[in-house]
Amino acid sequence: MPFISNTDEQRQQMLKEIGVEKFSDLLVHIPSKFIQKHHIDMDEPLSELELSRKVAKLASKNIADANSFLGGGIYDHFIPAAVDHIILKPEFHTAYTPYQAEVSQGTLQYIYEYQTLICELTGMDISNAGMYDGATASAEAILMAVRKTKKNKAIIAGTLNPKYLAVIKAYTEGIGVKLEIIDNKDGVVDLEALKATVDNDTACVLVQTPNFLGNLEDMFAIEEITHSSKKALLIVAVDPISLQLLNSPKEYKADIVLGEGQALGNAMNFGGPLFGFLATTSKLTRSIPGRIVGATLDADGNRAYTLTLQAREQHIRRAKATSNICSNDALCGLAATVYMSLMGKDGLHQVAEYSATKAHYLAEEISKIDGFELAFEQPFFKEFAIKTPVSPAEIINKLEAKKIFPGIDLARFGHENLLLIAVTEKKSKEEMDELVSALMEVTND
Amino acid sequence: MTKTIFEKHTAGRKGFSLPKNDVTTSNGIPAKFARKKTPFIPELSELDVLRHYTELGDKNHCIEKGFYPLGSCTMKYNPKINETLVRNAAFNNLHPYQNPDSAQGALEIMYDLQNDLAQLSGFAGVTLQPVAGAHGEFAGLKVMRAYHQSKGNEKNEIILPDSAHGTNPASVTLAGYKVVEIKSNEKGMVDIEDLRAATNEKTAGFMLTNPNTLGIFESSFEEIAKIIHEVDGLMYMDGANFNALLGRVKPGEIGFDIMHYNLHKTFGTPHGGGGPGSGPIGVNEKLLKFLPIPMVNKNETEYFFDYSHEETSIGHLHTFFGNFAINFRAYLYIKMLGAKGLERVSENAIINANYIMRKLEDYYYIPHEEGCMHEFVASGKWQKDKYGVSTLDIAKRILDKGFHAPTVYFPLIVKEAMMIEPTETESKETLDEFIAAMIEIAKEAEENPEILHNSPLNTPIRRVDDTLAVRELNVRFPIEN
Repeated sequence: MPFISNTDEQRQQMLKEIGVEKFSDLLVHIPSKFIQKHHIDMDEPLSELELSRKVAKLASKNIADANSFLGGGIYDHFIPAAVDHIILKPEFHTAYTPYQAEVSQGTLQYIYEYQTLICELTGMDISNAGMYDGATASAEAILMAVRKTKKNKAIIAGTLNPKYLAVIKAYTEGIGVKLEIIDNKDGVVDLEALKATVDNDTACVLVQTPNFLGNLEDMFAIEEITHSSKKALLIVAVDPISLQLLNSPKEYKADIVLGEGQALGNAMNFGGPLFGFLATTSKLTRSIPGRIVGATLDADGNRAYTLTLQAREQHIRRAKATSNICSNDALCGLAATVYMSLMGKDGLHQVAEYSATKAHYLAEEISKIDGFELAFEQPFFKEFAIKTPVSPAEIINKLEAKKIFPGIDLARFGHENLLLIAVTEKKSKEEMDELVSALMEVTND
Repeated sequence: MTKTIFEKHTAGRKGFSLPKNDVTTSNGIPAKFARKKTPFIPELSELDVLRHYTELGDKNHCIEKGFYPLGSCTMKYNPKINETLVRNAAFNNLHPYQNPDSAQGALEIMYDLQNDLAQLSGFAGVTLQPVAGAHGEFAGLKVMRAYHQSKGNEKNEIILPDSAHGTNPASVTLAGYKVVEIKSNEKGMVDIEDLRAATNEKTAGFMLTNPNTLGIFESSFEEIAKIIHEVDGLMYMDGANFNALLGRVKPGEIGFDIMHYNLHKTFGTPHGGGGPGSGPIGVNEKLLKFLPIPMVNKNETEYFFDYSHEETSIGHLHTFFGNFAINFRAYLYIKMLGAKGLERVSENAIINANYIMRKLEDYYYIPHEEGCMHEFVASGKWQKDKYGVSTLDIAKRILDKGFHAPTVYFPLIVKEAMMIEPTETESKETLDEFIAAMIEIAKEAEENPEILHNSPLNTPIRRVDDTLAVRELNVRFPIEN
């Protein structure tokens, strides 16, 4: 069903009023050899019922109800049912980018609220309306720093999410940005190496905390090293949930803060859609990529919202825009806004506190198993790396049969025999104990 | 005016429930790393939150409320079944790091969609990784770059017409190329002589929207492709307007080398107030090896993530595999329509646009009226010249009549432009209502221009002061704590 309203009769009538006999007369501008002579070879169309059956069949080929400890940037936090009810409202779901402010105040106001919440979480002065994901937000933050400082060296912590690094490489290749990766030492940035690398050509230092291995970076020390170079900007990638417990980036004087926002009310969806948040200090306002909503007044003097500082953007500035971004992942930002509004101060704090305490419980229990130990002696938040006596790949395969996903095998990221385990508030003690028993069995096999 | 969510806060109110914490371990955060000042997060009940966002929603225009003829954006109605099916927990609980053998249903969808999109456009392969149109453009330009590097071509210029979407030149810059803009001719098409003059050995490629942003198919397309291919440049198609070609023209078979699709425009995903969308790109045979990693592939027993072209690939452009849940919707849409249904999409989109154009041509200046594809550009020039009424005034008055406004002041090559795209899902009755309103507005411009200057009058708010928004920048609600 192509969801078309007009009947054959109406189509005929319309063609007549247009002044042509048949539809193909409207295609005379297309060279006829370009037009397909036959129907394109595709599956026969399915009815709604057939489609639902097909999806049910496909669904049975997935395992999505495992006792999972997967993280690595995407986390299974609890999502209140009301979130989905709000984002499905057609007024949000079937509207376009709010270019006509007078009939888009709903979208504009929630983005303003979103920006405020991101500013509260990060301690920054200004947030944009969102980016595609954490990876592209980190690439855009580096480009922002390069533009602002007119320096071309970007220093990146080797403990950054490797997927982010891969995207940064793709975004900065061929445009004269020099990337310097700092090795990790005991699971955190090697501060001595960082000190030796920061110089007057440095545009920025990008560090993630908690880092990809789960460890907390010493942001105060990193800030001091970064800002020892007069112009260099400190960019930090953060887990928004962690900001309930961990220092706000303002406390360690970060210049640009970004992160993956999925954990705030968005399902994992096999890794997309996600959304990136990006916030900064008022000094950097005009270098920000993407949309920004501002409060203003309407002709009657009432409070109103509108897209602002548009002179930075592609539809105005074209080749000189701060970014090419147009559509972002707005609805995911709405989910985050609604999620935070529902959870409130206490709810968000509990999510962070429970995730952290449970992660520490599990880390302690796993460390008690012979052959398993925490890979690093570093403080962590909700994710930690474990050294395993047998290869993580083997553990993962064996546990999958029991519908347990024990974590991410870090071998593919250059860390042999390390398993990265993430815990959220959703994990019960029972589920964690199940993992511990299963790990014990693996080593006893 | 609706108070912000922050002004509705009542200390101690709760809108959530979580199970009790069943461990007693400490959170392990050393004092040094502990946050000093807690963020202000408002406290509301679930009902408070629902009322708040319902009230905000009421202030939005949306497709389900009414006609949304926003040119270039393809604001069609999208099937509800998509929303139900993508919410199946067996898909939306999938984690990107789980073993692909436990996500075979998802991989099958991705594999099938790659093929369906390739089949519809005549390309050899499609990556689903880019998550928006502009992201797709960037991916396409990176592929171009990789191609030229592999051949040792020293090229640094991309040519595009002055009618291009703003994202095109912005993506060119982001990809490290220089923009060479050429003028469109009086018919709104690429000026072949201008193109010839601009093309040289430095030309890496040409970006073209086809049908172009005036809604016209570039009929001298063959010549354009020949000029670009003669210097080993590549032809990039901005697929924002692919809705016009569905089932009829395969860009990959008529000389384009790369194209991005806007799945959120063409294939069954509502725009969500600004995304999430999806912007896959299709490429021809010689460019396959440059596509982002991973692709989804299939052997005798299973679907898998294919990294085999890692050496030549442009790498990763997204944290994972793109917007899976949006790609899923496109898959469902294509399966439900089939080839014939997709042909009917383009047929009805084209008829609807031509119908409005013919009905308005006596009332508004139509600069290129020889027949359009799925959209057309009208101009408020007559109203501006005769009555001092601008296209902005007209657009705001359209809001008063219960419709969304067309895209205005774009493309830049038409003065006082109004780009109108009705889409295939709208009925003749709706189009007639819109046409009647537009004619009424043309009369108002003549008889009572004041009403247009003052419009909108019936919307939730009156015209906003954009200058004030920049001058007194206020981008976050002030919270004192």
